[in-house]
This record gives sequence, C-alpha cells and structure tokens, in this order.
Amino acid sequence: MGRKILLVTTDQQRYDTLACNGGTLSRTPVVDGLAAEGVRFERAHPQSVVCMPSRSTILTGQHPSTHGVWMNGVPLPADAPSVAEVLRSTGYRTALVGKAHFEPYFDPFLRFEENALSTNGTTPHGGSRRGFEHLETAAHGAIGPLHYSQWLIRTHPEAVGMYCRAIDDSLEVSAEPGGDNGAPQVKVNPIDRGIYHTDWVADRTIAWLDSLDADDDWFCWMSFPDPHHPWDPPESEVGRVDWREVPLPDGYPEDRTTREAIIDAKPRHWRAWYDGTLVSNYEAPADWVPATLTPDQVREVNARNAVEVELIDEALGRVLGRVAERGWGDDVDVVVTTDHGELQGDFGFLFKGPYHVDALMRLPLVWRPAPSTRAGGSTTPSVVTRPVGLVDLAPTFCAIAGIDPPEWMQGTALPVDDADAASRGFDRVLTEWDSELFGTDVHLRTMMRDRWVVTTYLPGTSHDGTEGELYDLVDDPLQRVNRWDDASWRPLRDDLVADLWDAQPEARAERLVLEAPV
Amino acid sequence: MTARRGSIRHSIRLGCAADAAWDVVGTPERLPEWWLGIESCEVEGDTRTIQTRSGLPMPEKLLTIDHHQRRFQYRITAPLFVEHLSTIDVHDLDDGTCLTVYSVDAEPAVLALIIGGAARAALGHLPELLGTSGHR
Repeated sequence: MGRKILLVTTDQQRYDTLACNGGTLSRTPVVDGLAAEGVRFERAHPQSVVCMPSRSTILTGQHPSTHGVWMNGVPLPADAPSVAEVLRSTGYRTALVGKAHFEPYFDPFLRFEENALSTNGTTPHGGSRRGFEHLETAAHGAIGPLHYSQWLIRTHPEAVGMYCRAIDDSLEVSAEPGGDNGAPQVKVNPIDRGIYHTDWVADRTIAWLDSLDADDDWFCWMSFPDPHHPWDPPESEVGRVDWREVPLPDGYPEDRTTREAIIDAKPRHWRAWYDGTLVSNYEAPADWVPATLTPDQVREVNARNAVEVELIDEALGRVLGRVAERGWGDDVDVVVTTDHGELQGDFGFLFKGPYHVDALMRLPLVWRPAPSTRAGGSTTPSVVTRPVGLVDLAPTFCAIAGIDPPEWMQGTALPVDDADAASRGFDRVLTEWDSELFGTDVHLRTMMRDRWVVTTYLPGTSHDGTEGELYDLVDDPLQRVNRWDDASWRPLRDDLVADLWDAQPEARAERLVLEAPV
Repeated sequence: MTARRGSIRHSIRLGCAADAAWDVVGTPERLPEWWLGIESCEVEGDTRTIQTRSGLPMPEKLLTIDHHQRRFQYRITAPLFVEHLSTIDVHDLDDGTCLTVYSVDAEPAVLALIIGGAARAALGHLPELLGTSGHR
C-alpha cells in the first residue's frame, strides 16, 4: 500500500486569503494546520492566469505553449498527457470531483465529454477520461449540464435561481450590480448551505472515497469552484465577515489620482481596461468599467470572497475527517492550491486578465506530505521562498507515488525546503498569456526570478512589442513602480529578458483553435 | 465587427470532388450526419428545426441553397440570437479536391464563437463521412 494523494484546488484564489499566508479576513484553520505540518510555498506561480490553460498545466505538467491550451475556450485535446493517467496505469484509483474545465463550458451540442458526461453517470466512456475513472463535475452556479447543476435541478429546483446570474442575455459575463454596494457579480444567495456547491464537492468526494477499498491507493482531485466570481455565498454565512469592517487591501490605492498614475506607468492596456475602452478577453464583464469601482465595493467583494474561502476550509476539514476515519490519515499527501489569483481591488480592478502581477500570479500552495514519511527523514515543516510553479505538481505526484516522471512533464517535483529548492535549480518560474478574441489580441511572457518579475509584450492590438513591466518585489512588493523604462535598470532588464526567452518551453507544433468563449 | 457582433470562419480542404462535398453540406436534412450533437432535424419548406443534444431547440430559416455556386445560407431564429447568418461555400479547386468554408456571423458575438467552434468540429467529420482526406 502506497501513499494516497488528495489534490485540493480552488478557483481564482489569492495568496493572501489564507491566514497562514498573512490573510486576516478568513479563518482557515484546516489549511493552516496542513501548512504547519508540511511545506508552505511563498512564491508559487501559475503558468497562466486563467482557468483552462492553468488547469491543463496542473494535469499535464506542461506549460501552456506545450500543451497548447493558450486561452480559455481552447479545449485540451482528449489525448493530451495526464498525470492522472500515469497514476491510474500504476494501479491508483483516480477521481476528479468538482470543477474540471479542460473543455469549454459553452457547448449546446454537448460535443465535449466533460459536459455530456452528466447524462451518462460519473464513469467516462472507456472507463476513464484523462486518466480519471470517476468524474463528477461542478462549476460556479446551477446552470449547464454538469453533475452539480443536474443534481440541483432534480432535487432542489427552487434553488436553481438563487445563484447569481453570472452570464447575461448577451451571453457576456454579467455586470449586473448586486449586494449592498452594487458591485458586479455580487448577489444575496438564499440557498441552503448544505446544497451550495462547496459542500456538494466535499460530499461527493467523501462518497467516492467511501466507495474505495481500504487498501486502494488513490489520487483524488477535489476541485472547488469558489472563490471565483460570482461572489454569492449562502446568505446564512455572509455575516461571518461584515464588509463594513473590512480594511481596504494594500493593493488598492484609494486616492484616484494616485491609482491612475500607477496604472498609467504600466502598458497601455491597463488604462484602457480601467476606462472601459478595451476588454481584451472574456474574463471580466464587458459592460463593467473598472474606474467605477468604489472602496465599499472592494470591501464587499473581499468580504464575500473571505466567506467562500472559509466554507472551502471547512469542507476540506470534513473530507480530511473522513480520510482519517477510513484509516488513511498517515498515508495521504495533501496538496492545496488554486489555478490563478484574483485582482480583488488591486490597482482598482476586479476579476482577471492579461495583468501579470502578484494578485493573479502569487498563489496559495501548501503540501502536507503523508505523515508516515516523517520517519523517513522529511524536513517538514518548512517554508519555501524560491519560485515554484503549478507545472511542478504533476511530477510531485509521480514522486509521491514512487514513479519516475515521464519525459513530457516539464516541471520538477516540488522541493521540501529552500535548500532542496536551491540544490535542484528552482530559480525561475514562467507565466504566459495569449488571447485573441474578435480582432483583439494580447501576448505576454513573464518570468519571476530572484526578487524580480519581468514581463515582455509581443506585438498585439494595444502593444507594438517594445512594452514591458519590471518590478522589484523586495523594494516594491505591491508592484506599483514599473522599472521597465528606467535607464538605470536597463542592464538588469536585458539580463532578465534574455533569461526569460532562453527559458521558454518547447511550443506545440500545431496551434489549437479557440472553439468557445470559455 | 462591432463589440456586440462576432464573425468567425473555418474551412477544410477535402480530397474529393466539390459535388460530393456539396451533396452532404448542401442538403439541409443531412446535417445530423456530419454535425455531431444534433439529436433531430426537421425540414419543412424554408424552415429547419434542430434539437441539440443538450435539449436546446434551434429553429432556422433557410435562405440560400444554390447548387451552381454551391452556397448554403441560413439564419438561426432562436430568441437568443439578435442576428445570425451562417454561410457554407464549397469551392472546386479544379484538381479533384475542394475547399469547404463555414462562416458564422452572429450577435451576441460569443454565439459566433460557439456556433463557429461546433461548425469547425463538424467540418472535421466530413473526411470520414466522405471517405476522403481532409486538411485544415
């Protein structure tokens, strides 16, 4: 009997929302406890700041340029490599419960199996899909063909309309104001907590775990849709965090003149989105103008986000409790992370987009190795400050299972401490952005190395290819001062940019095609 | 293009005669043969109604079936669409092969992406259906 693996992902969660990372709004004792027993990473970055490419990286262990999912709406090929398949082929039982999103959601013809599966059960055709023998899916509400939606429609039809209507009549991300302050994607949701998707994901995970034999080895990806917008946690729980008492985040300059001066020092698509003249992608409401964001809206969004984070922590606690009851507690590695961050007020923005700053790129990542390994000389608990990426998760799972990572994996098994990270070359992490939507294209390549984050821009609708961003994370942790055009920083900038291009991953030979907005 | 309207085009080069491809894509009743995810398809006069696998009824008005140009055009008239026009052209490349082009214009814009993406997948099924080669 080997080590079991519980991968816990959330969606669109910031690093600073966990108490163990310094967050003050949410109580997250379960993840904090895992961090206290394991490895907490202070510089974990995604390889893309949107869902489908990032989730594909987690599954394949490859950068977006290589697995080919270059933006939301580009489906990951059905035969793409998968760490779940690697584990399954060695005897692991495998499941994904919750948000998958390797294939587009907008699918009226149900041509993607991820969407069609709920009509047939939870076992994919042929016994597995992407290496998962059990797939039970959910997203951010009650609409669509996924398992959670179908279950809710069947068992609690009155609750379906309680969720925020995330998509409007034009099939755009809704800008409809809600809550106490008229923020977009905020709604009072009277749904009973027990049937909210967070608890459903935990319930279904527990049900799958209960179906296993005691001596099975297993890999379970428990994937919570929250705290991604819409921010509509159950109304009964909203009182946990009073938005009126929420301090404005450090990343939100309340003074408008200051805020706009900071934005104006960044490449021009920042200001264009702020003013509502350019929406380059489908990641935020097309009809929402960030310049209208008020301090109270920032407070309310952060409060609701914090409630969602707490509910996830409690749901994870329930699952870990069941794991312990099954007698697996000492043999389970738990990895907790997310796919990308959320602007959540930083610089005056919400949501996400081609903006490679910590709000979107610095992720919560905690790895609690199986306690049974401690006897083997593990150095945990520890904190890793060197940069790691989600691309490193797949080889980590292989290492946990005692398998050599396949050659197609581009990452490296996560380090257990900084000394381990230094000895194994955890020096830099890459993030990329490509989007092309109805004639508007944006292309970024970013590297985090040492204390710097550098982003180069390729030619696109708003950029001629000379633009960039360069931040010193030590002297300027909020990334307010763009050093890209500072002549005194030019030698460093040139060195970083050369390193960034040298480190680029191998690109997929045939470019995949955008088939839906998301 | 306006902010509300989207325009998408996909194509495939087929290793068969233009007439063979046109016989499939230019015959409205044959849509379910090559467009996966359509549960049913009824044609009555200039109206075609399809039912998608997700249960969505999609009424369409047939506008052009031109056997000489090998051009097929239709509009989806479901309330979700403010405007829609799809055009299928089969071009004879005069070497025994043909180019089939599927163009979608729609408002809201995202519907152009959704229909266009499904159309691209449908084009991808033509080589197998026609027993020939296909190149994007």
